[in-house]
Amino acid sequence: MNRRIPQILGALALVGLSAAAFAAGAVEGEVQKAKATNWSAIIMFFAFVGFTLGITYWAARRTQSASDFYTAGGGISGFQNGLAIAGDYMSAASFLGISAMVFDKGYDGLIYSIGFLVGWPVILFLVAERLRNLGKFTFADVASYRLAQTPVRILAATGTLVVVALYLIAQMVGAGKLIQLLFGLDYAIAVVLVGVLMVMYVMFGGMLATTWVQIIKAVILLSGASFMALMVLVSVGFSPEAMFAKAVENHPKATAIMAPGGLVSNPIDAISLGLALMFGTAGLPHILMRFFTVGNAKEARKSVFFATGFIGYFYILTFIIGFGAIFLVGTNPNFLDDAGKIVGGNNMVAVHLAKAVGGDLFLGFISAVAFATILAVVAGLALSGASAVSHDLYASVIKKGKANEKDEMRVSKMTTLVLGVLSIILGIAFEKQNIAFMVGLAFSIAASANFPVLFLSMFWKGLTTRGAVIGGFIGLTSAVVLIVFGPTVWVEVLGHAKGSELFPYKNPALFSMTLAFFSTWLFSVTDSSRQAQEEKGRFDAQFVRSMTGIGAAGASKH
Amino acid sequence: MNNEEIVARVQANPKFQELVQKKTGFGWMLSIVMLAIYYGFILVLAFNPSGLGASLSGGITTVGIPVGLGVIISAFVLTGIYVQRANGEFDRLTQEVVEEARK
Repeated sequence: MNRRIPQILGALALVGLSAAAFAAGAVEGEVQKAKATNWSAIIMFFAFVGFTLGITYWAARRTQSASDFYTAGGGISGFQNGLAIAGDYMSAASFLGISAMVFDKGYDGLIYSIGFLVGWPVILFLVAERLRNLGKFTFADVASYRLAQTPVRILAATGTLVVVALYLIAQMVGAGKLIQLLFGLDYAIAVVLVGVLMVMYVMFGGMLATTWVQIIKAVILLSGASFMALMVLVSVGFSPEAMFAKAVENHPKATAIMAPGGLVSNPIDAISLGLALMFGTAGLPHILMRFFTVGNAKEARKSVFFATGFIGYFYILTFIIGFGAIFLVGTNPNFLDDAGKIVGGNNMVAVHLAKAVGGDLFLGFISAVAFATILAVVAGLALSGASAVSHDLYASVIKKGKANEKDEMRVSKMTTLVLGVLSIILGIAFEKQNIAFMVGLAFSIAASANFPVLFLSMFWKGLTTRGAVIGGFIGLTSAVVLIVFGPTVWVEVLGHAKGSELFPYKNPALFSMTLAFFSTWLFSVTDSSRQAQEEKGRFDAQFVRSMTGIGAAGASKH
Repeated sequence: MNNEEIVARVQANPKFQELVQKKTGFGWMLSIVMLAIYYGFILVLAFNPSGLGASLSGGITTVGIPVGLGVIISAFVLTGIYVQRANGEFDRLTQEVVEEARK
């Protein structure tokens, strides 16, 4: 029995580690510039930009109140929101990264994607409706519902901004490199372009434009990927057996690609990362904010149902695409360099497959889709960061809830501009840095600072302001400190000797989440202040609202 | 009627207790089912990887392929089951509780 334990941990580790690579979100390392400027891609990209700017113009005329700006007036339907949530999840990295993993490892690629999907049903069963019933614009509305506004909002806004900043840097650097590769554009130009478009979508079109850009991108990405999977199936006469047989025939690992494989370096690390991914998803501010764009709990519930369906479908497509690429790309000398490696690296197999099944025009389409994907994701991030500053810090903390709506929106738009400028500067500054740890860190912080406070505020009557604030900040700082002292930053980024790291694991969530939950509990139960009594006393009213929606913020246009 | 009275009335309503019990219980139960499916899959990966690598029906396709796809589909089906029951039974109960609180 005992000798089985390492194997279980191994399997967990495999899932966790691969998920990390998947989540990392960036095209790593030096990229070769595309040999020639890819004109059909550029034309299609401009068509997408033109169309989405048209939507932004339309959205700008409808975005008048703060509720319009933050939540599209609550008028998004469950189906639309499901597409938008799926869009947030289907980043360029998951499209290119997971098909590359299937291409390289076969069955293991499927195991990776499964780890990412299973968090969603749990979000639906436990979090989504309560969140919708309690919140208005940001998840801080929910966390601070019955607690002291100022400290809890500062905590939530800090958690939001740190997560958004890390995510944005990773996306910007990944975008610059990907665009360099796909379009032959200069890195700095690519980063500036992404930053400028991001600011335009968010500043002028608010949540309405941000959501529609995400929906359109989700639809074209799903259509493009469906077409590729279809063409793969056509090439094998719609027989999965024939597809697998052909892949096995052409893959150096032969039948090994049909079975679980993979190696484990550190099982604790893998479990830790698995926790970060699962609960981090439920603590990502740009995902949580989407639950406020629908009219009521019923639509919130439907959005997760559709999102889970689209994300699951997308993973099945990438599985077929990865397998198809084994015999349609891996054997075609046009896509191989002199050493027999894939031109541009394995992350490019989906792009090459586009050319193999649809010619130059479809290649252009898929390249443009990859760029559109990045734009849609960064716009959501920027809006989430801007809301934290204007709604949580400016309106609630500085103005004590008495800000006028016009000023609040002005602050939000200014913040968007600042975030845009900052992300361009940081994107360029981090070009040559190893940024792979950033998304992992973002998930760890979301799981250690945002999630415990949010979860306990809804499920535990005993939570007090003191517990939430101390626990949240302990989760935040322990996640950051442990990452900095861990092998990724200490050795690979700061350049200390290998093995000199002060914390042995790459992923801190197992420890920082436990610490956050424990300290939140400890500082809550030992809090005997009168304020704490009042806060516990307000739980019943909060609970009734979270279950029934009585008093919940509705759609703005009645 | 102020908010406190509404809260008190809702809490005193046996239908609210029924809603809380059913909805919370169902939510946790499905969460556990999802985790059981996922960690069950992980356990099979650990204990019996060769079982997943075995041929499904004499060909190249392995047992692992339908099992893996099954986990993905189960996630979607579970959300569907929840939405189905919540849209019907839970929403009806909620509606009744809300109406009775406002009388």
